Amino acid sequence: MPLTTAIGYDVYALRKQFPILQRELKGNPLVYFDNAATSQKPKVVIDALVHYYSHYNANIHRGIHTLAEEATAAYEATRETVRKFIGASSVEEVIFTRGTTESINLVSNTWGRANIKAGDEIIISTLEHHSNIVPWQMLAEEKGAVLKVVPITDEGEFIFEAFEKLLSDKTKLVSVVHASNALGIINPVKEIITAAHKAGAVVMVDGAQSTVHLDIDVQDLDCDFFAFSSHKLYGPTGTGALYGKKALLEAMPPFHGGGEMIKEVSFEKTTYNDLPYKFEAGTPNIADTIAMKYAIDFINSIGKENIRMHEDELLSYATESLKAIDGLHVKGDVQHKVSVVSFVIDGIHPQDIGILLDNQGIAVRTGTHCTMPLMQCLNVTGTTRASFAMYNTKEEIDLLVKGIHKVKKMMA
Amino acid sequence: MGDAKSIETIEAEIVDEFSLFDSWEDKYEYIIDMGKKLPPLSTEFKKDENKIKGCQSTVWMHSDIKNGKVYYEADSDAMIVKGLVSLLIRVFSGQPPEAVINAPVKFIDDIGMTSHLAQTRSSGLRAMIKQMKLDALAWKTKVSPQ
Repeated sequence: MPLTTAIGYDVYALRKQFPILQRELKGNPLVYFDNAATSQKPKVVIDALVHYYSHYNANIHRGIHTLAEEATAAYEATRETVRKFIGASSVEEVIFTRGTTESINLVSNTWGRANIKAGDEIIISTLEHHSNIVPWQMLAEEKGAVLKVVPITDEGEFIFEAFEKLLSDKTKLVSVVHASNALGIINPVKEIITAAHKAGAVVMVDGAQSTVHLDIDVQDLDCDFFAFSSHKLYGPTGTGALYGKKALLEAMPPFHGGGEMIKEVSFEKTTYNDLPYKFEAGTPNIADTIAMKYAIDFINSIGKENIRMHEDELLSYATESLKAIDGLHVKGDVQHKVSVVSFVIDGIHPQDIGILLDNQGIAVRTGTHCTMPLMQCLNVTGTTRASFAMYNTKEEIDLLVKGIHKVKKMMA
Repeated sequence: MGDAKSIETIEAEIVDEFSLFDSWEDKYEYIIDMGKKLPPLSTEFKKDENKIKGCQSTVWMHSDIKNGKVYYEADSDAMIVKGLVSLLIRVFSGQPPEAVINAPVKFIDDIGMTSHLAQTRSSGLRAMIKQMKLDALAWKTKVSPQ
């Protein structure tokens, strides 16, 4: 019994491809609603990791033996897959990193250090994850620059007019989250980028939450930098990418020094390798990066549009079902969202909700979601967050609702 | 909660009580109930210096010494943590500082609440135990200066 309107979308068949979903937790079937933290991995991704280590493990780019050639080819195949996935014009613009956090730190440490001066302004929004606050704070402190924060509405939406007022010729960089990890709200990044460019600023987009749900076309967005993590899109942890416009990347100094990123080294002077290798010092995370391709291929084989239809349906079903619970308030209840629902319940601490749901086999995230300033702004100490993926079902949402009723009863 | 009882005796009593529960619901409902019954911490002590901050919940604790015994009062914004804190107070309050410092605090394992001491919980419970022992050490040094 297919549950969504997407033709051919059989969520039950899909679930079978994720070995972990067969697991039981404390005598209950596992209900995994912490996908915004990390998603589960399909068998093809797990198999790709095992296959790499069992058949062609080798260091890449340097060896001339067969294993090295195979590993290099697979690694570079991921780069091409990522290029297409995010709509970059060339593979030189795709830098592999450990993930979104490292991508942002790469930009703050290289482009930032070379381009930000005392008195310059960097704009972020209230919705940012700590990963898109702290690197800029560190840079601003080092350079004597100023960090400006775009306010949000009571519901959590980016206030565009306030952003426009913050823009000036002092603005050198705007770094904003595409979709909020804590609330799921999608920012109007295209409009933000256009306005920022008019003011002469460079724009970085934190795509950690958006890349798995939304169609990403960095050329259409016209962003200067875009970052995402593999593990949030059904791929392995410890890998991800930074997209940067070629001209910017070429002008930027390297990040880490070491092997791979060099052309020639003498004790007097080192010349750096070409893009993208200039930013990939040392032996990279080969296995996980190779397996990331399998995750992206997996998403593409189902179709982002189909996944989105399914997830949107889960999101509205969950939002409506949860809002019907007495004393429960959904935070960030707006129209343009990825499949994340964040809520508070009167008189019950999120940690208690999380512990009591865990005992029923339901994994949600509780706390501040690495967005302490946002939580302060919403005037809550934290929320409970359920975030949905391609394999979640309405029945699981029913279990969550039932679970919350039980929490309320136990806490009463 | 007689002063005469040792930490080991009180811990054994708690383990005994918990052995009666055959479902997780009963166990947690008992802990929640303990949390609700914890005498409130005087507002004068509910200040930043007395905060033991976990990632998700906060515990406030104050200690005092009377007749060579250390006494604790505490509060938390999360109820399950508050219940566990109440058990810690039951075990430690009214004991000589020396006994608190040396107590292994095994009962949390024995009642199946080990996960609350785990790093991921960041509930502040682990930090709470550490702070209770540090306070006991401070009182011990104050009472009998070397």
